[in-house]
Amino acid sequence: MSISVQTSDFDAGAEIAALRADPSVGAVVSFVGTVRDINEGDSVSTLTLEHYPGMTEKALADIVRQARERWTLHAVRVIHRVGTLRALDQIVFVGVAGRHRGTCFAACEFIMDYLKTQAPFWKKEATGQGDRWVEARDSDDEAARRWEAGQD
Amino acid sequence: MNVDILYFASLREALGREKEAAELPETVRTVGELRLWLAGRGGAWAAALAPERAVRAARNHTMVQPAEPLQAGDEVAFFPPVTGG
Repeated sequence: MSISVQTSDFDAGAEIAALRADPSVGAVVSFVGTVRDINEGDSVSTLTLEHYPGMTEKALADIVRQARERWTLHAVRVIHRVGTLRALDQIVFVGVAGRHRGTCFAACEFIMDYLKTQAPFWKKEATGQGDRWVEARDSDDEAARRWEAGQD
Repeated sequence: MNVDILYFASLREALGREKEAAELPETVRTVGELRLWLAGRGGAWAAALAPERAVRAARNHTMVQPAEPLQAGDEVAFFPPVTGG
């Protein structure tokens, strides 16, 4: 397991290459979240991510631990950026390596769904109408709750 | 007892404070009671921590429910629902 919270960018290709550098791995599933230039109909110039140093790493480690309890995984990599980002910038990387694709698809989605609702990050957008905090979405809570119902 | 209290994101801005050390009265024994006690300061505190506002809490770096008991030396954080990813 490897978790990073950082201001710097990351190389998704290099991360995927590292995840598959094990001959017992048969599948790598990865997700990259990026900054959109429009949210809620308004143009977004920058996105600033705040987090809770000390808790963030612990929360991410706990999410990865839960995924590894549910599925047999060879390796998991989570990178989340903080600070000020612009449209097209990468925000988050989740990569999961395992023997078969099914477990990797499920584990990657599980980690993202829990990260969205459990990890202490907050986004603030700068728009033409001023700065505003991004509101949490009910759909994210619902996505995380699916896993509690055991629909994996 | 003494606890450290942290505030994040829109809550930090609304309260104009990111951190404080507080001496709690004996009646404040849980995270939920701490929220009520802070809201009792009135003004921005009453507004930002009102019961109908979605506020999450963590005790010693773990998200908890309002019934979570407090211990001296705890680090308690209040913040809006998270929006990472």
